[in-house]
Amino acid sequence: MNIPMDASIDSVAQQLLAPSGLDMNNLEQVLASIMTHDVDYADLYFQASRFESWTLEDGIVTDGVHSVEQGVGARAVSGEKSGFAYSDEIALSPLQEAATAARAIARQGQDKGVKAWTRSAGHRLYLPTDPLGSLGDKAKVELLEMLDREARQFDPRVKEVIASLAGGYDSILLAATDGTHAADVRPLVRLNVSVIVEQDGRREQGSAGGGCRRDYQYFIDEDRGIGYAKEAVRQALVNLEAKPAPAGTMQVVLGSGWPGILLHEAIGHGLEGDFNRKGTSAFSGCVGERVASDLCTVVDDGTLEHRRGSLNVDDEGVPSENTVLIEKGVLKGYMQDKLNARLMGVASTGNGRRESYAHLPMPRMTNTYMLPGQHAPEEIIASVKNGLYAVNFGGGQVDITSGKFVFSASEAYMIEDGKITYPVKGATLIGNGPDVLQRVTMVGNDLALDPGVGTCGKEGQSVPVGVGQPTLLVDGLTVGGTDV
Amino acid sequence: MSHDIIKDQASLESVAAQVLELAKAQGASAAEAALSEELGLSVNVRLGDVETIEFNKDKGLGITVYFGQRKGTASTGDFSTGALEDAVRAACSIATFTAEDPYAGLADADRMATEIPDLDLYYPWDVSPETAIELATECEDAARGYDERISNSEGASLSSHEGTRVYANSHGFMGGYSTSRHSMSCSVIVEDDNGMQRDYWYSVARDRHDLEAAAAIGEKTAARTLQRLGGRRIDTCKVPVLFSADVAGSLVSHMISGIRGGSLYRKSSFLLDKLGEQIFPAFVHIHERPHMKKVLGSAPYDSEGVATYERDLVRDGVLQSYVLDSYSARKLKMESTGNSGGVHNVLIEPGELDQAALLREMGTGLLVTELLGMGVNIVTGDYSRGAAGFWVENGVIAYPVDEITIASHLGDMFMQLQAVGNDIDHRSNIKCGSLLIDAMTIAGS
Repeated sequence: MNIPMDASIDSVAQQLLAPSGLDMNNLEQVLASIMTHDVDYADLYFQASRFESWTLEDGIVTDGVHSVEQGVGARAVSGEKSGFAYSDEIALSPLQEAATAARAIARQGQDKGVKAWTRSAGHRLYLPTDPLGSLGDKAKVELLEMLDREARQFDPRVKEVIASLAGGYDSILLAATDGTHAADVRPLVRLNVSVIVEQDGRREQGSAGGGCRRDYQYFIDEDRGIGYAKEAVRQALVNLEAKPAPAGTMQVVLGSGWPGILLHEAIGHGLEGDFNRKGTSAFSGCVGERVASDLCTVVDDGTLEHRRGSLNVDDEGVPSENTVLIEKGVLKGYMQDKLNARLMGVASTGNGRRESYAHLPMPRMTNTYMLPGQHAPEEIIASVKNGLYAVNFGGGQVDITSGKFVFSASEAYMIEDGKITYPVKGATLIGNGPDVLQRVTMVGNDLALDPGVGTCGKEGQSVPVGVGQPTLLVDGLTVGGTDV
Repeated sequence: MSHDIIKDQASLESVAAQVLELAKAQGASAAEAALSEELGLSVNVRLGDVETIEFNKDKGLGITVYFGQRKGTASTGDFSTGALEDAVRAACSIATFTAEDPYAGLADADRMATEIPDLDLYYPWDVSPETAIELATECEDAARGYDERISNSEGASLSSHEGTRVYANSHGFMGGYSTSRHSMSCSVIVEDDNGMQRDYWYSVARDRHDLEAAAAIGEKTAARTLQRLGGRRIDTCKVPVLFSADVAGSLVSHMISGIRGGSLYRKSSFLLDKLGEQIFPAFVHIHERPHMKKVLGSAPYDSEGVATYERDLVRDGVLQSYVLDSYSARKLKMESTGNSGGVHNVLIEPGELDQAALLREMGTGLLVTELLGMGVNIVTGDYSRGAAGFWVENGVIAYPVDEITIASHLGDMFMQLQAVGNDIDHRSNIKCGSLLIDAMTIAGS
């Protein structure tokens, strides 16, 4: 499987369709066969992917994995109903079978036909590159070995280092009955370093990494890889000194960048179109209402160059957008895919995403972040009499119906009388989505996006995402430590 | 939906043999291949109407090659000769760059399963979309009709999957078997002035006849959701906590994470060097039972072909065994425990009391029925998770609670275990009753 020369529809079609002799006429015929049933919309999604990963442990690269995947998904939508089938073989006969299975969602009926193709322009946010070839395999191994040495040299208390390098690309091609004809080639790379440190019998871990839609050179440029190794060690050493975290509701300062997972969990999921169409989100029916303090403007922006969550077109062929979710505290709108947009009488916001050809698309986030405010981060910390300063987080989760969300700090400090005093152990923070942003009383001028490490799970499907925020002060968030 | 499993297994075995042969031809000194093929149907019905019908059909192959102590791995979903050759070539190429790892290799030949017991795991269900929709509708109707306060629904789902997997390696091991898995679930929403709450229930089984009745699943969903109405916060405090059976298994799974080979040889576990030591009170016994007939977690051999076997993990509260694959076993100078790919049916021996009796035993404290987030550190044992459940006074549920966290240290929680319930949740791979823990910190208002 060779990567297309460019991300143009013709090049991607050459990669995905040509080997099996399929052309656009075949796709039109298959779509037309679906439309003989009472179907509002149907699409065919072709995908070919190649990924690899290399893992270092105990100072040596012990394993490498190479994987390829390809297939086609056929979807038929009728009202609120979706029929879906797929095949891991790209050829006419399995494609026709999948189409026949998918259209069974609706009875035979009015034939709405297939519209003339309109080629989606899409953005050019990243190059259609195959990261696997951007660095020789020997150089990949040497990069990981070098990070192992750097981490160990950085501090003698480092006892274990695990480093992994992963990369690959997805080529996708979409043809839909609304005339959408689109393609994209999406590279993605990721590097991660995690360490265990030991002192006086106590062991703690730290981990850091990054990634983006470029090739592996990104990790060599500006010594980014080495930066991750040092950052992992720094975090682990901080945790060696950590004392028990406090328990209870208090002022919490959230650092810039990755702590933006707050926005992803607390409000992002609740603003996805499907939940709001169904009325199952704590934010349902809240457009135009105040859901945050007027310091808060939050966007979902799939148009940032090279970012992990960015897309030239979404998985329904719609160019990604910079969608304002909350403007100065007021809810402006939801993130939409085609199905939910049509049922709610609005336009898709380019948020229709799917894990692969074998999954149904749904509204998903891209890069979700809060715009910067006025305050220097030092000012924000200085304003807190007694509270928590949380700068690094693990994962999070939300119950979109009740609005309750959690996210777990992996590096945090106590603030006493406006000063950072000592590190505390990781603790889970819990809050209520519809009111947590109303309690944001200060917003920093230091907007940062995360280093490119986020993966979001929804209904069993994982997609790469980004988050970001400036330093924030939340006036009252529950901190789940042990110290009463 | 139904397939010829004997034919499927034979064709997977022939692909397996083909890739092992290709690996040998490329000069690999050893190789192993895992293949699977799966068919499935899932339907979701919401507010009385079909929402989705999905047909699943997946297949995959993973090949690992060894050149002496160097290793490479590749996978593909395409079983054409050209694709298999590409995959083997990719794996072999990787093995020229990976390092000599003295611990790498197949599991030892004398540990391969020689007889593959029929564990009764395959009960195909040729369910039509129409029947699936009818059953899901019956389930959701039962939930929505249960109480007028049920204002909305996320729907009811029925899914049926069956598949065949084959594992083969250059010791000459070649094994395969078919399994089925059917499930039905429901989730509804209640609303009052304080907002909405949702909850769910599900049933899952190898044999569709072992599924709970559709209406029963719907009614249980409704009852569970209604109980959550009026959830409120409580003050920060330190009290006993009863984990209901459907969430208690997570504590046992944290124990398993802590005694897994990878956590031990990396010295990244709060249970490091605890073999032979007391980690629970003496009344606690935990077993692994991989050969239970017709059970979801059962497997005749692990993902390296090593025969699985019944054993104690914890006896009289003392840790008896780690959970090892052959790689971690070699690193620890021990023997594989047949756990490559995970554990198979972990059972904590039930006590005498049901949940109501355990609530009386607890007196005043928190009953936890839902856990949120991933705030568990296996390296240190620090535990801090979001929770919802019920405040209990004098052994009786007083009111629902949400937006709180519970925190402690896993090592302390294990030693402070007061009782194991007899209300085992059989759906999970970890079969556990309700667990009563002496005291945890609750963070609230």
